[in-house]
Amino acid sequence: MTTRIVELRQGILKKNDELARGLRGRYEAAGVLVLNLVSSPGTGKTAFLERTLRDLRERGAKVAALVGDLETDNDARRLAASGAPVRQINTHGICHLEAEMVAKHLDGWELADLDYLFIENVGNLVCPSSYDLGERIRVALLSVTEGEDKPLKYPTLFNSADAAILTKMDIAEPCGFDRATALKNMNEIRPGIRIFETSAKTGAGMTEWLAYLAQEKSRRP
Amino acid sequence: MHELSIVSSIVDSVTTTLEAYPGAQVKEVRLRIGALASVVEDSLQFCYGIATDGTPLEGSKLVVKILPVVMHCERCAQDIEIASLQSFRCPRCDEPVSDLRQGRELEIESIEIDEVEEKV
Repeated sequence: MTTRIVELRQGILKKNDELARGLRGRYEAAGVLVLNLVSSPGTGKTAFLERTLRDLRERGAKVAALVGDLETDNDARRLAASGAPVRQINTHGICHLEAEMVAKHLDGWELADLDYLFIENVGNLVCPSSYDLGERIRVALLSVTEGEDKPLKYPTLFNSADAAILTKMDIAEPCGFDRATALKNMNEIRPGIRIFETSAKTGAGMTEWLAYLAQEKSRRP
Repeated sequence: MHELSIVSSIVDSVTTTLEAYPGAQVKEVRLRIGALASVVEDSLQFCYGIATDGTPLEGSKLVVKILPVVMHCERCAQDIEIASLQSFRCPRCDEPVSDLRQGRELEIESIEIDEVEEKV
């Protein structure tokens, strides 16, 4: 018997990272801006995305969405009402989306025909942060009903976000939401992050959000 | 709780590596995990026992090295270690820092194996 140390120096999620790199190349070649939306369950990702899809389509943009959930196609049916092509990814117990699931569900879609592709991740503030889906922009959402200290409690996710959305701003006041503290906490975890204060119901903050999307779309990576 | 998927990926990688060392026994698997990688060591250890059962990794020890978060502070023009994950500021000058240099690693560093001597 001889004892030997074999150096691997290998990413544990190498397979996912390689697939994500391939997807990123495909998105860039097709000129589609891809966003990965992450938050807790109940933050309002689907409502926010419904509004975003509708507003973008009204402005003539070509949009599509993939939506991840453990079970049911309820969210896909809600989003499809916007008229955009939508596909549901059911993970059957897995707590996050992986690049392979995304790749599989893109089959048959002509990416070059799209301006924006939104991926709504499984509601979870922990696991999705480890899995690259090839997106250019990771968006973390936080609702006014959740507590201003969420970014401090889940730094791994908020620190990996490129933009943040505050949702349900129309009910901020009755919820006793402390806006200044929430903004401060987000900036403590991700200094300089772009934050959009929105309401899918009233449309507040959507103009700024859509302007940001258009700006990112025109900015080549 | 994605530690089980992580451990399954480790088992796959190590099993592939072992193809080059037929009959070898795995004694130790060494990981480098960044403090911002959203992985809990206790959960990893718990899942490791279950996921390695019946594989060539069965009975091996999982050694986890946690890497602190290192950011680059522009004002100090140097890399600095962040002590608290609740505030991304330079501990020297208090400037907010967003340029991450270390902390999201999720990596198999090496494995220790016992090789069978070749029969002459």
